[in-house]
Amino acid sequence: MAVVSRGFQGRRRQPGAGLVPPGQYLVDDFPVLSAGPTPDVALEDWDLTVVDESGAVVARWGWKAFLELPAEDVTVDIHCVTKWSKLGTRWQGVSMDTILGGIDTAAEFVVAFSDGGYTTNLPLADVLDGQAWVAHRFEDEDLEPEHGGPARLLVPHLYFWKSAKWVRGLRLSDEDEPGFWESVGYHNYGDPWREQRYWGD
Amino acid sequence: MDTSLDGNAAAGVLGDLFVFDVTVAVSTCATCGDARPVAELRAYLDAPGIVLRCASCGAAQLRLVRSGDRAWLDVRGIQVLEIHGATTAE
Amino acid sequence: MRWLVATVAETVPETARVVTLRLDVPDWPSHRAGQHVDVRLTAEDGYSAQRSYSIASPPGSERLELTVERIDDGEVSPYLTTEADLGDQFELRGPIGGWFVWDGTDTAPVLLVGGGSGVVPLRAIMRQHAASGSTAAMHLVYSARTVGDLIYREELEALAGPRRAVTVTLTREAAPDWAGYRGRVDAGLLAEVGWPPSVQPHCYVCGPTAFVEAVADALVGLGHEPGRIRTERFGPTGA
Repeated sequence: MAVVSRGFQGRRRQPGAGLVPPGQYLVDDFPVLSAGPTPDVALEDWDLTVVDESGAVVARWGWKAFLELPAEDVTVDIHCVTKWSKLGTRWQGVSMDTILGGIDTAAEFVVAFSDGGYTTNLPLADVLDGQAWVAHRFEDEDLEPEHGGPARLLVPHLYFWKSAKWVRGLRLSDEDEPGFWESVGYHNYGDPWREQRYWGD
Repeated sequence: MDTSLDGNAAAGVLGDLFVFDVTVAVSTCATCGDARPVAELRAYLDAPGIVLRCASCGAAQLRLVRSGDRAWLDVRGIQVLEIHGATTAE
Repeated sequence: MRWLVATVAETVPETARVVTLRLDVPDWPSHRAGQHVDVRLTAEDGYSAQRSYSIASPPGSERLELTVERIDDGEVSPYLTTEADLGDQFELRGPIGGWFVWDGTDTAPVLLVGGGSGVVPLRAIMRQHAASGSTAAMHLVYSARTVGDLIYREELEALAGPRRAVTVTLTREAAPDWAGYRGRVDAGLLAEVGWPPSVQPHCYVCGPTAFVEAVADALVGLGHEPGRIRTERFGPTGA
């Protein structure tokens, strides 16, 4: 039993009162969690690539072309596996239905890959049908580098480690390939409403 | 922008796992071959887990995730760890 | 490593933002100068927060001392610097870290470079040097913003002696009567007050990340062997 320190309260954290998944609490700020240095990529060098299950590059956009894709305003709740949640966060991004639409594939899985080597895996079905975006603006401003800018994946129905920061592409795959965190203890799927944080949950 | 600390800052957490002070052990990076004490790796402690990266090439040498009574440790990024004074060989 | 209970025996304001806590920690094993502890605070509802702090006292001190700088939007430092009072308790574990330590087992000169609260573990090393009667030459270069930000000022002046030197540089002091150095610790200052690389001094650099990186780069640029430079980054905010 830990010793309680008189008068210590810690950061304000509100229980979710049914608005957030089990075990989560609401925060006012936007915590930054990073597994590596913040990449520093010039926009003229940036691209977003889609590779299909045969290894072929089937789509690629430079920054200008990416910004010309139809973008949407989305307001979503986000839930981090480290237990903080933010409700009603506002993003602008390109729907993954736009990114992957028109690509002929039988793949069931996708691996998102980022500058700095981070990867995360998802069932393809979980990034289609209006469930995911490549987001480049947050709360009416360009997405800051520490939060994943210039662009990050946004998959709000799963724990936020799946919303890969600094995303540079998507690799379609017949096999499920656990990514950076999924291969060392974090749940392969990560549904916050079933509290799937770790292997075996 | 880099928020990393020295591997020495991870000594407390790693001390829960290793019976010796792993931060003074010398790690050879499996990616680039750079060898230096774990205390000199770049430690990212503000992540869903702990990541120690090679100070030379940036590859993740050690990843640790903890959950209550379980922990997962991936050290595929370490080619070999040289440990002094902690063995009871012979 | 198990958590021990620390009881606050005394609080010593060092500067407007910095407080030293003198702690009674039963069962405290000995430690080495330069090591740190993890401090854990637990609230009534079970919520806990944890931070690392360098040990400010040398081995053999009557009480374990931690010197904490208050970070305004921090979670632990505001409690330790403004709320914690005599008799209050929290948990800590340690000593931690076998790399950023000085035991005085060899006689090579030692260059200590601290920025802001980075002086804390270096003060423990200086006090250990004094207590042990080491014959190694030791020089502390300490960078702070203003005179009012100098931690341990009188103590460091008193520690200076034939084998221990202290050089202070202030980066934002406006008062004209400051007779010490002004400006950041750079290659010029290090070359002037430190030892040439041929002497192969041990170098310890501690403080905010940007400070540590600039100083370490400067030392390497002057020709010091990277393997003889030990660093302790405190993070972007410096504490």
